[in-house]
Amino acid sequence: MTISSTVSQDGTELTISIAGRFDFSSHQEFRDSYENINVKPMSYTVDMNDTTYLDSSALGMLLLLRDYAGGNESKITISNANEDVKKILSISNFEHLFAIN
Amino acid sequence: MMKAANKSFVRSVAGKSDSSDASTESVITMSIPTILIADDSDTDRLLLEKILVQQGYQVEVASNGKEAIAQFEKCRPDIVLLDALMPVMDGFEAAMRIKAIAGEDFTPIVFLTSLDEADSLAQCLDAGGDDFLTKPYNSIILKAKLNAFMRMKDMHSTLKQQRDEIKQYNSRLITEQEVAKRIFDKVAHAGCLDAPNIKYAFSPISIFNGDVILAAMSPSGNLVVLLGDFTGHGLSAAIGAMPLAQSFYSMLEKGFGIKEILREINSKLNEILPVDVFCCALVVEFNFKDQMLHLWNGGLPDGILYRPSEGKIIKFHSTNLPLGVRSNDDFDDHLVVHDLQPDDRFIVCSDGLYEAEDEHGNMFGEERFLSVIESNQNPDHLFHEINVSINSFIGVDTLSDDISLIEIKVVNADDLQVVFPEAVSSEKLGPKDWSLYYELRRDTLKDYDPLPLMLHILMQVPFLRLSSSQIYTVIAELYSNALEHGILGLSSEQKVTPAGFAQYYLARNQKLQDLVEGKVSIALHYQGDETGGRLEVEVKDSGEGFDFEPYLKDTSSEMQKKYSGRGIYLLHSLCQSVEFFDGGSRVQAVFVWGGE
Repeated sequence: MTISSTVSQDGTELTISIAGRFDFSSHQEFRDSYENINVKPMSYTVDMNDTTYLDSSALGMLLLLRDYAGGNESKITISNANEDVKKILSISNFEHLFAIN
Repeated sequence: MMKAANKSFVRSVAGKSDSSDASTESVITMSIPTILIADDSDTDRLLLEKILVQQGYQVEVASNGKEAIAQFEKCRPDIVLLDALMPVMDGFEAAMRIKAIAGEDFTPIVFLTSLDEADSLAQCLDAGGDDFLTKPYNSIILKAKLNAFMRMKDMHSTLKQQRDEIKQYNSRLITEQEVAKRIFDKVAHAGCLDAPNIKYAFSPISIFNGDVILAAMSPSGNLVVLLGDFTGHGLSAAIGAMPLAQSFYSMLEKGFGIKEILREINSKLNEILPVDVFCCALVVEFNFKDQMLHLWNGGLPDGILYRPSEGKIIKFHSTNLPLGVRSNDDFDDHLVVHDLQPDDRFIVCSDGLYEAEDEHGNMFGEERFLSVIESNQNPDHLFHEINVSINSFIGVDTLSDDISLIEIKVVNADDLQVVFPEAVSSEKLGPKDWSLYYELRRDTLKDYDPLPLMLHILMQVPFLRLSSSQIYTVIAELYSNALEHGILGLSSEQKVTPAGFAQYYLARNQKLQDLVEGKVSIALHYQGDETGGRLEVEVKDSGEGFDFEPYLKDTSSEMQKKYSGRGIYLLHSLCQSVEFFDGGSRVQAVFVWGGE
């Protein structure tokens, strides 16, 4: 389980990449990935290209990010999720809260 | 033992910078480490004693192993220095015995020896010695070694103390959890889960379960079931279950519909839970009288309706966000409606079941689950088959999530044993003679359910509480007839086919939204005393009325069937009289109990 984050050159977008299982064990790492940066990005992308699985605590962590990024005003995209991960997101109807593509 | 314990306590207190109270004064004297020297050579022993006293230690002496043990038991030294070869009892034997007496207390034993063969040195360590010093003594090395041992001893006693604290803390935690669990079980698993047509299974991964199963009868005689799955496991997950269960049971009892209950639970959870904790839930209300269900699914796997007579499986997808994620402004309380048939089975599980892994990390999955249902021969065995299938799939040790599963068998309303509350030994009669008139106009009709309020008022009369279910049913039938047929002009014949059934409720919602005018009034007249009473319910609507004549003349089963949509047959069976006025737009039902 590794989480890395990169800020775009103009500092407006933060991309968080999650590899492996995304579950409670990555709680702190995930929070660090967006809280411990110097810029305040306008939008966020959670890249799930290498995410194999996600549990309900991970959904909770996404909600924490959403809250941190401004709640209803936040701009968060979840990208490249595989079918299993997409299914978990859609069962909880997270497409109402995040842009999923 | 006491002394050793005191020492370590005192030492840790003295370590704090500002400990200035009286109890610490004795610390200084007590914290001088004591060293026991056992050596049969008087010169060697005196020499060593002198060096150690100079270095600030308190010293006790012995001249053979046997004396050393006696001294050890008497003064419990911090460190023992033993000559290897002594008369009466040698150092090896004494070392083993001293270690045995010391038990869990770490007492370093250092062998004093002039031996220099590797074998003998190894023997010292094998006998329980922690180190050795070779004669003649080098006072610098001696000092360094003893300091090192004192540090080890301190570390050991700190560790031991912490271990004991953790042990104590853990056992207290477990006791507290067990008490809390007993309370939790009372709140979260009350209701009518034991009804003969309900089967359920839980497999918690810790004492507390993140899953909640609630079931209760509404005053109208409908069975309402909720399966909830909180984020996370254990205590933090179970905490949210308490307000959920309480809202569920108390609102249901008061006659609130599941939409209102869902809204209340959502707003409560949204308010009290941290952002990352929420509750995936499925709520389903079974109306066995009209053989239909209303369902809301937010974040749980598909609810499954299995119809054995046709081998059909109907799935109810999650169409909503879980409870507690968003505020009520954004809450979607839309319910799915579906018809039922006796012997149907409704099954729902938490995602822990689909995600349960076998020893190779494969998940049980939805397909495996569905295939168990598809291959079922006898629906009475289905629940057992699902359990066997999942248990044989997972290794016992691989469970990583809470698994909950519930099955409800659809029965005829008459076959359902509803448990009514015990008769109130009513010394109080409550309000004895009163009337109430309540008129609901257009904008109220659109989205307000007057029944909880009506029921609440009626339940002030203890006598009426005994029949709350029947009374609720009567008012509910009269009100929905007035609204759906009188005001909205819907035809109940539409409800005969399953497809029409769904259309009916779709049309109902649409027509309500488009409603231009209309009003419904409910009048209650009550009179009663110790022996019995009479309740008159009159419901009037601004609609056209309907042709009720055929029903009154013909009470054959054919007619009963035809008009069953209006529940008139049902009303007659519950009330002493039902009369129609103004062409059917005004209905008066009289409910009598006790001897008049």
